[in-house]
Amino acid sequence: MVNALAEHAAPAAGTGASRIGGRLELDGLRRAFGAYHALAGIDIAIEPGEFIALLGPSGCGKSTALNCIAGLLDLTGGEIRLGGRRIDQLEPEKRGFGMVFQSYALFPHMSVRKNVGFGLAMQGIKGPEAERRIRDALAMVRLESQADKLPGQLSGGQQQRVAIARAIVIRPPVVLMDEPLSNLDAKLRLEMRAEIRAIHDQVGSTTIYVTHDQDEALSLADRIVVMSQGRIQQIGTPEELYQRPVNLTVADFMGFRTRMPGRIVSVSGDDAEIEVDGSRFSGLAREALRSGESAVLAIRPEDLVASAVGPGIAATVVSIEYRGRAFFGLARTAAGAELYFRADEALPRGSSAFLSPAPGRALIFREDVA
Amino acid sequence: MSTPSLRSRLAARGLDGTTMLILPGLLFILALFIYPFAFGVIDSLRPKDGGVWYANYAKFFSDPYQYGTIAATLWLALPVTIVNLALAVPIAFRVRLMRRQRLLTTILVLPITLGTVFVADGLLTFLGPRGWFNHVLMLLGILHEPLKLTNNYWGVFASLLITGFPFAFLLTLSYVSGIDPAIEQAAATLGAGPRQRFGRIFLPLLVPGMAVTFCLSFVQAYAVFPSAVLLGAPAGPTRVISIAAYQAAFEQYDHSMGSAIALVMGGVELVVVVLVLAGRSLFYRGPAGGTKG
Repeated sequence: MVNALAEHAAPAAGTGASRIGGRLELDGLRRAFGAYHALAGIDIAIEPGEFIALLGPSGCGKSTALNCIAGLLDLTGGEIRLGGRRIDQLEPEKRGFGMVFQSYALFPHMSVRKNVGFGLAMQGIKGPEAERRIRDALAMVRLESQADKLPGQLSGGQQQRVAIARAIVIRPPVVLMDEPLSNLDAKLRLEMRAEIRAIHDQVGSTTIYVTHDQDEALSLADRIVVMSQGRIQQIGTPEELYQRPVNLTVADFMGFRTRMPGRIVSVSGDDAEIEVDGSRFSGLAREALRSGESAVLAIRPEDLVASAVGPGIAATVVSIEYRGRAFFGLARTAAGAELYFRADEALPRGSSAFLSPAPGRALIFREDVA
Repeated sequence: MSTPSLRSRLAARGLDGTTMLILPGLLFILALFIYPFAFGVIDSLRPKDGGVWYANYAKFFSDPYQYGTIAATLWLALPVTIVNLALAVPIAFRVRLMRRQRLLTTILVLPITLGTVFVADGLLTFLGPRGWFNHVLMLLGILHEPLKLTNNYWGVFASLLITGFPFAFLLTLSYVSGIDPAIEQAAATLGAGPRQRFGRIFLPLLVPGMAVTFCLSFVQAYAVFPSAVLLGAPAGPTRVISIAAYQAAFEQYDHSMGSAIALVMGGVELVVVVLVLAGRSLFYRGPAGGTKG
């Protein structure tokens, strides 16, 4: 698929592959709605051509941030600079950013061709030049044959492709995408994910991609910005976030579903030992810890292995399901802690199981303040 | 080898117990619309003084005093409808963005609740030669003698504007709010300024709704009666078609002629509505949301 794309886009490659626009700097972005702070100071510097994912639960401020960058919402504080030039006072129509909306927001009364050509018409680009660029953009999203249809005649995936073509045809320095795949079915979502990254690499624009889906963020982005309650929790490459989340909020988003409260026994450098329900485990300390302090051990279900015989934390199996190679389930300890685990054999519901973290996979955080 | 029962054969054609639910509504329509309408048509075809079946219509269309009312009414209803729509669209655009929509909407809609006679009475006092309007303008030295705004065309015009605007506004507001705001935002990010967003995005999407609003407002204005009598010059320029029908039926006691004039009135309305809706079909008429489901 990616090869086909590259061929189609060959005419545009000369202009597309080079990085367009400059460094995008978000400096202390704030946005308040009355007393509610949707953005409480966001600082990021984004390099030209970078693919950034804003990841967080709904209501964390990621869409607000995107709308502020697009100019659709005014800031209540902070600055946005592109290539050193301040742009946060500009109207959205003067910023020249491409935006892909969750609802696609295609112009329902215009053909696909006219939708894609709209931004060009607004820039005064007409005639053969406009036609060529519309054709190239439609080729890039593989919709040449649908050019004369109305958006209502297309499937959801096709509409999303039109929305992407419409945003990139103007060769924007920055492309903003607001959960563009959330209205598509699972299979299409995977396909489009690969295409979006391929298009990004071809066009060379900076992309800011808002999502609440950690898989999407991990697979697409060069860097991920995890947000919560209007603040940035962590910025890092997918590997950094996946392996070393800085706090429980990020860990939660990165799939560390199981948390076990305990007490720190010893700390040496980055390694710490924690006692949970009478058993001792070692893990990577992600925050400053002292022995004797209460702390939380966090681990992904696939790294917490359950078996019918000890050693390990004793718990009762609450539910279990088969997911291909292994079983995944939920167990409850006598103290009431809920633990998500993996098992290589089917453990009957209600039976007792012993859970032990895979070595080197557990992270230890300070007590969950939230 | 049994054939399906009558009941299941009927159900297969969409006739079952649920179908009976339309009966009350159907009775209502028959009694209050179809019957009076058919009665009027037949009545109009039986002239009071005998003669051919179309005698009433022939009489109407051969007397300038009578057929002139068609143009006189159009001359009121069309401009009023256009002005109402022209006011409703920008106001609805502004109101759409407001947070306290409800208060403003209530104020704008208030005239509906007042009734035409009350509005006419109020306007007589307000716009009359000694009314506040002229009084204030003369005090300010803008006018030297009062403008004649009642008992003529302008009195009826003002009254129709006041009573017709809320309808036009409410309908337009619902059409305007039905357009996904993201569509406008998309146009903005693609470089369209406010004027281009209105002209290229909103207006084409609004045309179908405006056509419907136009039709409803026009029909309402074309049937003007109380304000044409109270605020207008019912013997002269504002002798609208409903006055002609009223006079035939209740002053000359010729209900057959009255029915004929009423049907002519309905015919003119139908022609205008059909023309407007035909014009609408030249535009995009699908949903203004842009998304599937």
